[in-house]
Formats: sequence, C-alpha cells, structure tokens
Amino acid sequence: MVDRRPASLLALRGISKSFLGTRVLDGVDLDVAPGEVHAVVGENGAGKSTLMKVVSGGYAPDEGSVEFAGRRCVFAGPRDAQRAGIGIIHQEFNLLPERTVAENVFLGHEPLRRGLVDRRQMRARTERLLASVGERALPVDTPVGRLGVAQQQVVEIVKALALDARLLIMDEPTAALADHEVELLYRLVRRLQDQGIGLLYVSHRLTEVFDLSSRITVVKDGRRVDTLRTADTAAEELVRLMVGREMSTLYPDRAGAGDGAVRLAVRGGGNRKLRDVDLQLRAGEVLGVGGLQGSGRSALARALFGAVPFTTGEVTLDGVPVRLRSPRSATRAGIAYVTEDRKGEGIVARQSVLDNALLAVRAVAANRSGRPAGTARAAGVARGGRAARVRELLAAVDVRAAGEDQEIRFLSGGNQQKVVLARWLAVDPVVLLFDEPTRGIDVGARSAIHHLVRRLARDGAAVLMISSDLPELIGMSDRMIVMRDGRVAGELPAGATEPDVLALAVGTGRETPA
Amino acid sequence: MTAAALRSARRSVPGVFVALALTLVVGWLVVAIDGGQLFNQSTTVSLLHVAAGLGLVAVGQTLVVLGGSLDLSVAYVVSLSTLVAAETMNGRDGALLPGIGLALAVSAAIGLFNGLLVTRLRINAFIATLGVGLLLKGYLDNGYDGPAGSTSPALVQTLGYQRVGPVPVSFLLLIAVTGACWFVLSRTRFGHHLVAVGGDPQVARLSGVRNDRVLVTAHVICALCAGLAGIYLASRLGSGAPRVGTEGLYDLESIAAVVIGGTALAGGRGGVIGTVGGVLLLASIDAIFNQLEVDAFFKQVIRGAVIIVAVAVYARRTLRKAAW
Repeated sequence: MVDRRPASLLALRGISKSFLGTRVLDGVDLDVAPGEVHAVVGENGAGKSTLMKVVSGGYAPDEGSVEFAGRRCVFAGPRDAQRAGIGIIHQEFNLLPERTVAENVFLGHEPLRRGLVDRRQMRARTERLLASVGERALPVDTPVGRLGVAQQQVVEIVKALALDARLLIMDEPTAALADHEVELLYRLVRRLQDQGIGLLYVSHRLTEVFDLSSRITVVKDGRRVDTLRTADTAAEELVRLMVGREMSTLYPDRAGAGDGAVRLAVRGGGNRKLRDVDLQLRAGEVLGVGGLQGSGRSALARALFGAVPFTTGEVTLDGVPVRLRSPRSATRAGIAYVTEDRKGEGIVARQSVLDNALLAVRAVAANRSGRPAGTARAAGVARGGRAARVRELLAAVDVRAAGEDQEIRFLSGGNQQKVVLARWLAVDPVVLLFDEPTRGIDVGARSAIHHLVRRLARDGAAVLMISSDLPELIGMSDRMIVMRDGRVAGELPAGATEPDVLALAVGTGRETPA
Repeated sequence: MTAAALRSARRSVPGVFVALALTLVVGWLVVAIDGGQLFNQSTTVSLLHVAAGLGLVAVGQTLVVLGGSLDLSVAYVVSLSTLVAAETMNGRDGALLPGIGLALAVSAAIGLFNGLLVTRLRINAFIATLGVGLLLKGYLDNGYDGPAGSTSPALVQTLGYQRVGPVPVSFLLLIAVTGACWFVLSRTRFGHHLVAVGGDPQVARLSGVRNDRVLVTAHVICALCAGLAGIYLASRLGSGAPRVGTEGLYDLESIAAVVIGGTALAGGRGGVIGTVGGVLLLASIDAIFNQLEVDAFFKQVIRGAVIIVAVAVYARRTLRKAAW
C-alpha cells in the first residue's frame, strides 16, 4: 500500500502568472507529499496567495503545470479543484452562522435519498468526519454561529474533508485563534497528516511553521527563494530569506522609557467583562497586555476607549477624573484606539486613504484643540489645514498607496494599519491603545509598525499594547500586565519570559506550551 | 433526537405565535367587554379568508426574502392573475383548468423575468421588481377601467365559498402551500441552497451552490404563489379585478408578514411557518378592530406600530447575540 503511493501528491512545475503585465509568480516549483505539512512563507505581496489560488483552481497559470495525485490537472474553477480533492481553508471562514454544523459541512453536496435531503445520513456522516479528526464532542445540530472560533475552524476543515480532500490548503489558520486554541489546531493537523492528507500551510507565525512543517518554501517577489528542511533551518535564516536582509534587532530599542508621569490611571474598574482593574499608564512607556483570548484584554481597551464603558471604578487622566462613556468622549479626552478587527472596525473599505485618515479629526478634533467654532471662513481654513496635517502624518508613517484617493481596501494590511494610525495621530492623542496592531501584517511592515509605536512612546505618548504574539509582546513592552478572567492577574517587568506570561495567563504555577 | 427536533422547532417557529395568542386573548376580552363576540362563525370565517389571500402571497414572498432578494411586483401579479383567470374562464366551467393554468403560467413568466433581472443583470431586487411592477401597472391601467371577465361558477363555489366547518377551502389551500414550501425548504437541496444564498452568497458560491439558478427558482415560486392568490381572489369576486392587488396592499403587507414572522429581511434566516403566524396576526388585528368598529385610519396606525415593534424585538435579539 504505502510504497504504491505517489511520491508527491502535488507537484507544481514552473508556475508563472501575470496580471496586467506584472509578473506575480515567476517559475515556482513546489511539491507536497502525502501526509506532509509543507509551509509556504513570505512577505505580503510575495505571491503566496496567488500561488494558493492557482492550486485551488481560482486562477489558471500562464505557464507551468499542476500535477495532482499523479495526473496533470487544469482546473476550470474552485469547484473543479474541490472535486479533484483539493480543499482550501480561508482566513475568513466560509460558514453560515445560522445553519447547523451538518448543514454547513454538506452545503452544496447534501446527501440525497429519493431526491430529498437525507438529514439522518447528513448528521451521521458529519459525526463520523468529526470523529475522524478527534472531535467527538462537537454537536452537529448546533448553529455554527454559537460555536467558538476554534470549533468553527474544525467545522471548516471537516467541510473540506467531506469532499474527500486529499490536499488541504490552510491560509493563516491561526489568525483568529487564541493561544490555547492553536494547540487544538496542532492536534488536528497531526491527525490529518496521519490520514495521509497533504497540507499546504501558509502562515506569518514562524513558531507554527517550525512546529508543524517538515519543509518550508520561501517565496519572495513571485519567485521561490528556497525550499528548506525545517529540521535543518534556524529562524533567523528563514527571516533573512523572507525579507532579504538580516533582522538582527527585531524590536526597536527601549531608550530610558517608563519614568514619565502617570498619564492614565484606573482604580477598581469593572463592567460586564472586567472586574477590579487597577492600572497605571505612564507617559513614554509601552505597557504590554497579555492574556488568552476572552481574558478581558480587548474588553479593557474597549472600556478605556468608552466603547463598552466601565460601569464601576474611577479613571483619571493626568490626575483629573474623566468619564469615558463613549468613543467620542474618549477621543476628546485624548485617547485613541487601534482595533484588532481592522476590516470590521478599523477601515471604511470603500473610502479613500485620505478620507479614512480624516475620519477621527473630522468627527471630533476641532473641539478638542480648543478652537472656538468661529466663522464659516475660519472653519474652512481649519478644514484645509486638517487635510494638510493628515497628509503630513500619512507621509510620516510611510503609507504606500497609489495616491491618497485610492480606496483603502486595495492597500496591504500593513499600509491599512498605518492609515488607521495616522487617523488617530491627527487628533493628537496622549494615550494610544493598540489591540493586536500587527495581526495579519507581514514581517517587513510589522517592524515598521513596531518602530512607529516606539517612536510615539518616545515622543511622550502613553501606549497600551495588546498582543497574542508573545515574542512581540515581550519585545515591545517596557512593562506587562497579564489578564485572566477579566482581572489583572499580575504584572511583569521588561525582562520576563514567555513561560512567565503564560503562567499568569493560564493561572497555573508554570505551564509551557508544547 | 427529540431535543434536537425541539430546538430546531424553536428555531423555525418564532415568538410570533406567542404574540398571536396574546392578541387573540386580549382581543377576545376587549370585544367581550364591548358586548361582542370575536369568535363567532362569520368573523372567524372572514378572518381566515383575509389570511388566505395575504398568506399565499406572503409565503411566496418568504422564499425570495430568505434568499436575500425581494419581490415588490406581487401586488400587480395578483391583479393580473385575477384578470387572466377570469377572462379565460369567461363564466364557463369547461375553461376552469385552462384559466388556472394560464394565470399560473403568466405569473411564472413574470417571476422568471424578475429572477433574471436580479441575477443576470445584477439589478438590485428592490429596483428590478419595482420596475416590473410598474410595467404591469401600466398595462393594467391602460387596458382596464374596472372588473372584467367572469370566474367559472364551479371555482366560485369551491375555492371561493366552500367551507369545512368554519375553515374555508382557501385557507386549507394556504396550509397545503405552506406545508409544501416548508418541506421544500427543509428537505430539498434547493431549500438548503436558498437559505445559504441568502445567508452569505459568497459562502454559497464557494461551496458549489449555483446561486443564480436558486434565486431565479425562488422568484418563480414567489410569483406562482401570487398568481395562486389572484386565482383565489377571482373566485371570491367572481371576476377579474385590475386593482385588487394594490388595494389589498399585497406587496408591502406580504413583506410585513414575512418580517413579523421572524424572517430576516437580509435573508438567510426564517421560514414560512412564522410567516403564516405573521399573516394571522395581521388578520386578527383587522378582525378585532372591525368588531370594535374602530376608525380605519387608526387601524393603519396600529398595524404600523405592530410592524415596528416586531422588527425592533427581532433586532434586539440579534443585537444581544452580537454584543461585544
């Protein structure tokens, strides 16, 4: 049996693809063996997603061949690739929240009996598929919307398996998962491997790439830079191949930070999701906030931003009590919030870069800077001044766009984030709250954002930064607090290690991730 | 199994029936205090007749709304269908089946046209079906000043006026159509795909659903239901009536009933049973106010309030689910 399996499940040879004269892929080779996890890494715009779309039938390559399970394939569309046995799991889930697990898994190919949908068979087969990936506890009659993110991902994977997928493409599968949920995904990936399913694993998180894959292909500017055996590869080497330069100092220097005056203080803050939060945030420091998803990290930022306000406790800004009862009042007080959900809450996708950057200043700024309303003419001047100011900021944070009138949805994640940042800088904030500022952003842009955050702190802003990425949290913070069950579980100094943070987050003495 | 069935029942049969029961109890009390009787033979029969006409349209409307679309042309389809049926029959029982057949065929063709406008030309359903409705209105206004044709007496006697106890045959027809639609939604691929298309067209497409075909089918069924309502109205009136659909406000009332019945206006959630509840609720309010001899304008105010409250209640529920 085993020796009759083809050496490669998927073999790409010399794949090239151009859009409007621009070569996005240039002669890429790639092999995936049955039961192998093959990671594909590279910066955003390197051509990873185009490559994945070629494999999953979204694009036809201009040159080169796709061989799957020993046969040469030309896919007419995603449906074709699905039928051949290639499943793709997108970053955003393709599930219907109102429909049950079983209905979602068999959407588009419901089992029939005498021409009618056979619900019993649908449920039974879903249960069997769930069991095959070790998820016996997942109820098949529950609407998917009631499940947690990790469970939804299981459903998504099972949905691909229901089509007898032999190759699964996972595009940033952990982007939405909390740390402990990532463990579940690891287990699932290993089970899929045991079944002989090949996996193409696209991720920005190098930890995962090293934990899971046996080979890593690095893509840069549409070319395959190298394919490495994971066991023989060091993280630094990989990063160097990805960005084409050594990233010796991954995180910016903290230069004498943390001695500033207390800017923002919370005493006994609480609401539906938070209890007894005491917190001091100093001018010039980056205070990291760690914790598992749902531990109250984002709830804390949202409370400080007035989005879901504190119902108890007291907040002072520069020693003066403030009431943060809405984002508007918080913005007026000088607090800015960069959300973790960039697409949903951060950007107005179909508006221009400039309009996005002007959003906050248009809404509230005039009053905050203490200018009297004044005459219509004065207001006009102020408006012109505003746009000029925002343009400066866009340049200062180094937004790369075709122009300020380009719709923001066409920008990369990193550039979108910079626009969001410029929007908040335009209102001269004294406190900046960052929630997962580099989620889904490639290595190069990440570093740029890190430097921006540090520069803001150095210029005297008080920065609070939430991150699930422990190296980032530790690398950036002057001080860390760790949330657990809506409380501050503890505080850690700059030198703390990943196990220190995790121990506080999980609440046991010491617990290290596998 | 039973627990699951119960859960899914609770999912598809929303609070509209609670509201209906409350309305009937309160209405019965108020009417009783006023010295009347809400549930005598004639009021019950007329309530069910009202419900049958609106119900047929609203059940069809439910399907398109579930699919994320909308049909504003139904009122004109109803009117046209009464005319096609009555003029074809022209008082002859022998032309009964051709009359029904032709009326349904014309309706289905309009539904097909609606569906193609929405899917192939990607015209917003609101605009597309409004436009088709206005086209039909032009034809009706131009060709007819008043009632025309004559419904076959056999149809008038059966569908129009025959009853089983207090229940009109037309209401039994509504129950049958509702049952069929429920079955289609829960047991056929088309039904599953329709709800998927309404829930998230992108997800449906990527799962291999042929979105366009599904939506066109839904539009055809919706128009067929409106056509059926027209045939029923022709059997009540004895002739074709060029303005019966618009005077009955079948377009907006059908959408109101769908929404009161718990179907999300954006699609992807809901069902026909809730819609029947919504129809009965609207018809009951009508019956109660008729009994109390309330001013017709005030009646409209109350109906408006009921629709707003219903939508507000559903919106709050979704809000609670999505709270962050």
